[in-house]
Amino acid sequence: MRNIVEISNLKKSYKGGFEALKGVNLNIREGEILALLGPNGAGKTTLISTVCGITTATSGSVTVGGHDIIRDYRAARSMIGLVPQEINLEPFERVINTVRFSRGLFGKSRDDGTIETVLKQLSLWDKKDNQIRELSGGMKRRVLIAKALAHDPRVLFLDEPTAGVDVELRKDMWDVVAGLKAQGVTIILTTHYIEEAEAIADRVGVIAKGALMLVEDKDKLMARMGQKELEVQLTQKLDAVPDALRSDALRLSDDQKALIYTYDTRAERTGITTLLADVAKAGLTLRDVVTRQSSLEEIFVNLVNNDTDAEDAA
Amino acid sequence: MNWTAIRSIYIFEMFRFFRTIAQSFLAPVISTSLYFVVFGAAIGSRIQEVEGVSYGAFIVPGLIMLTVITQSISNASFGIYFPKFIGTFFELLAAPISFLEIVIGYVGAAATKALIIGVIILLTAFFFVDFSIAHPLAMLAFLVLTSISFALFGFILGIWAGNFEQLQIVPLLIVTPLVFLGGSFYSISMLPPVWQTVSMFNPVVYLISGFRWAFFDSADVPIITSLLAILLFTGTCLGIIWWIFRTGWRIRE
Ligand SMILES: Nc1ncnc2c1ncn2[C@@H]1O[C@H](COP(=O)(O)OP(=O)(O)OP(=O)(O)O)[C@@H](O)[C@H]1O
Ligand SMILES: [Mg+2]
Repeated sequence: MRNIVEISNLKKSYKGGFEALKGVNLNIREGEILALLGPNGAGKTTLISTVCGITTATSGSVTVGGHDIIRDYRAARSMIGLVPQEINLEPFERVINTVRFSRGLFGKSRDDGTIETVLKQLSLWDKKDNQIRELSGGMKRRVLIAKALAHDPRVLFLDEPTAGVDVELRKDMWDVVAGLKAQGVTIILTTHYIEEAEAIADRVGVIAKGALMLVEDKDKLMARMGQKELEVQLTQKLDAVPDALRSDALRLSDDQKALIYTYDTRAERTGITTLLADVAKAGLTLRDVVTRQSSLEEIFVNLVNNDTDAEDAA
Repeated sequence: MNWTAIRSIYIFEMFRFFRTIAQSFLAPVISTSLYFVVFGAAIGSRIQEVEGVSYGAFIVPGLIMLTVITQSISNASFGIYFPKFIGTFFELLAAPISFLEIVIGYVGAAATKALIIGVIILLTAFFFVDFSIAHPLAMLAFLVLTSISFALFGFILGIWAGNFEQLQIVPLLIVTPLVFLGGSFYSISMLPPVWQTVSMFNPVVYLISGFRWAFFDSADVPIITSLLAILLFTGTCLGIIWWIFRTGWRIRE
């Protein structure tokens, strides 16, 4: 797959010397949804702002569709749509005018058909003549998305698109994102909601303290980092794990009616066969067997925590 | 050149102007009318003639200049400061447009508004006093040039300003006094010699003098000097804007 955005060794120091990006390398593939996760202040917005031309990098380079964002900024920026983290809109402007304005800024001639499609896609059509100040927060966020989509971008950056958005609307937003992906738009979104990344991303990147900790296919990431749990539910209640079964990987559930076995999906031998045989040998009766994959959230928390631990130790 | 983008900015800005049409037009028209009533009628009835024209007519060019200059500055500075203030400026930075295009869009709109208001005041003036314009084309050229150059200045101000106070302090403390002391309501030749000399350091004197020449064919300073002065001012503003453009000063972190 072709890379549509190539970021190499990108560094950014703000005035006063604070290093918000410490040499980020990242290739974004055409047509994918990439979720960037990271705690507050990790550098997600800084990364996006730099690619979009809002801040200038201290060093390093970025290309979008093969166009350098500095030397060939017109071509590069023409491909990009940006939905910023903060809701910045002119309160007295009408929805449709502000969306038209965005399209015009990108040098595209007025096209009411496109604007109508975009507004309908975001359920804003019936609000098109309203002033921005008359909209709810979630609607305003969708206006930002409409503005970003008004010039048919090939790459869309969504900086926390679902912050402060209710569950239903969040699902709608995911549908919009899925629809854009179906049209071949590459989407980069930042989020604090791990279930969001889990639900819609193809790949996940984790940023902490200005460094990209990892970028992985979501499925691979969960498979690689994720440990699986096997819950062996029993017909009887136990006081403790029977001596014959005792191992580090096995523990008793809180309700004492199940044994929980943790294993690594990557391992040659997971030990499940042996475990089940041993359970039978110990005279226990199985009621049911359930497996669980650890969520991205656990992976994420582990990753960020490990990093902090490492730094504390140093 | 991305003319579509320039046009978008221009139209968007003009819309803002027409949306607040009452403030945009009414305020300057009313205040100018007051000037005519107070200065033209009340004081003018005592001062008979200045340089061969009635006092009421004499103050017309100065009043138009006063308004055009303040309007150009406030329109342009506010126009570019406002997106910075509410945070929509990012859109301009992320768009495939150059700083020059941003300048043309915003300054063009600000100058147009000032020009429209200038013309309205001129029309208003015809209601109050009798006068004719000796060099209509030169008058128009002066008006356009003044609008553009002070809109450029206002643009710089808006880029520089970090808050609303800063936005207002320069017009209030520097521009308004210069304009008032620039001979809007009197001829420089009416001043004592010392103050005449001091006035020569006030750039607005040259503008008003030149503008008045276009009306009445008489001036405090030669018309060519006036022309050079305004070109110099425009050039300086363009130079500063070019520098802002090169360095991204107060624009990009
Ligand atoms: N304009 C600025 N001047 C100085 N420092 C800044 C500026 N903008 C951001 N920073 C700093 O850079 C770091 C990264 O900020 P950034 O906004 O990129 O984080 P983020 O990952 O987007 O966080 P969040 O999840 O809270 O949005 C922070 O420590 C922040 O304080
Ligand atoms: Mg952020």
